[in-house]
Amino acid sequence: MSEVTKNGLWTNNPALVQLLGLCPLLAVTGTVVNALGLGLATMMVLIGSNIIVSLIRHHVSDAVRLPVFVIIIATFVTCAELVMKAFTYELYQILGIFIPLIVTNCAILGRAEAFASRHSVGMAALDGFMMGLGFLMVLICLGAVRELLGQGTLLADMQLLFGATAESWTLRPFGDGYSFLIAILPPGAFLVMGFLMAIKNAIDWQIKLRAEADKPAPVKGAKRIRTTGHIS
Amino acid sequence: MIFKSMGKNSLLLALFALITALILASTDRLTEEPIAESERIAAQKALFEIIPVERHNNDLLLDLQPIPEKYWATLGLESGGDIHIARLDGQPVAAIIPSITAEGYSGDIAMIIGVNFDGSVAGVRVIEHKETPGLGDKVDLRKSDWILSFNGKSLSDPEPNAWNVKKEKGEFDQFTGATITPRAVIHQIAKTLQYFDQDKERLLNNSNNQLSSTNQSISEQPAQ
Repeated sequence: MSEVTKNGLWTNNPALVQLLGLCPLLAVTGTVVNALGLGLATMMVLIGSNIIVSLIRHHVSDAVRLPVFVIIIATFVTCAELVMKAFTYELYQILGIFIPLIVTNCAILGRAEAFASRHSVGMAALDGFMMGLGFLMVLICLGAVRELLGQGTLLADMQLLFGATAESWTLRPFGDGYSFLIAILPPGAFLVMGFLMAIKNAIDWQIKLRAEADKPAPVKGAKRIRTTGHIS
Repeated sequence: MIFKSMGKNSLLLALFALITALILASTDRLTEEPIAESERIAAQKALFEIIPVERHNNDLLLDLQPIPEKYWATLGLESGGDIHIARLDGQPVAAIIPSITAEGYSGDIAMIIGVNFDGSVAGVRVIEHKETPGLGDKVDLRKSDWILSFNGKSLSDPEPNAWNVKKEKGEFDQFTGATITPRAVIHQIAKTLQYFDQDKERLLNNSNNQLSSTNQSISEQPAQ
């Protein structure tokens, strides 16, 4: 259980470590609301496809495994697209082509093939949730950093997802009229993504160093003595 | 042996295709109404911004006049479009005209332009564009209120050759770092006003005659 959680969120994070699904990741993360919309849609698809793939894993032969997975994923994506079009129309318009393109997010097919087709339904659902959450968190980080650096706001346009009450959530820490173009443009996405990966690697490196420091250092020059019984 | 497994596999695939097709069909059926409703609200919202509720009391979405084919090129419409007529107690007050310019910096800029029947601009909204974020996208009301500077302008105010950016001796501001986008928008608005000038009589006459026959199908936004 905790292994699956840790894998999805950190050690094997689909975006930061596996580097899967970078196309929508980099393209739509101009603001938090875009990132959240695409991240949630991806997560739903991932959970749904993982569950179904796990349910049918004993009934589908290897030869037609991949086409069946692709059909399942495409179905979920199309449903997600229709639902977003029905209930979050403006967000649907902003995300545009990147909603149908969730189907090509290799993270989803990758999890179906590598995990869901080999594990029980519960574990597959958990894996889908955790991988989706890991992806969503990276999307939100990217969106927040780019929105803040690029147009000086945070949580702008949240009403697209949460209704009219969210209109007042917008924060402007730098005041009006601030903008830093490159952060909104694609190069900004690559730069911020690079920094996020570097930070993750640095944290991993620190953890490793600390783990090594905690191990008792072997005493230099100590002789190996063969003993029997207890040494007191 | 191989035929047997092929048969089994293809049956399995067909079964999956069938089930998923059923799921998709039912989702489509279930979301059909909310989607139509959302699309209607989105279309209405833009129209209402240009002609506020105080200025009309007809159903803007259904009061349509098709645009004659000879004007399609002027308005940048590839497959035609419809003009929405706003009226107060049956009296036409303004026309909302779809208009697309290809002179933008990247791709088409689709607008709807409201023109009062006295020839002045009631309001302009950019409904679709791919201009550079932070530079050209200030034509979008969500980024800047520049687009409001056209309200009340007409072909006689300013003079036709002043329908340009200030940099080119025109009347309207350009943005820092972006001249092409605002110029494209300004030119297209001027063109639309000229079109309206030519077609105004027909619109007025037709819309008076067709007061009752306005139950045509809702127009789709012209495809990009």
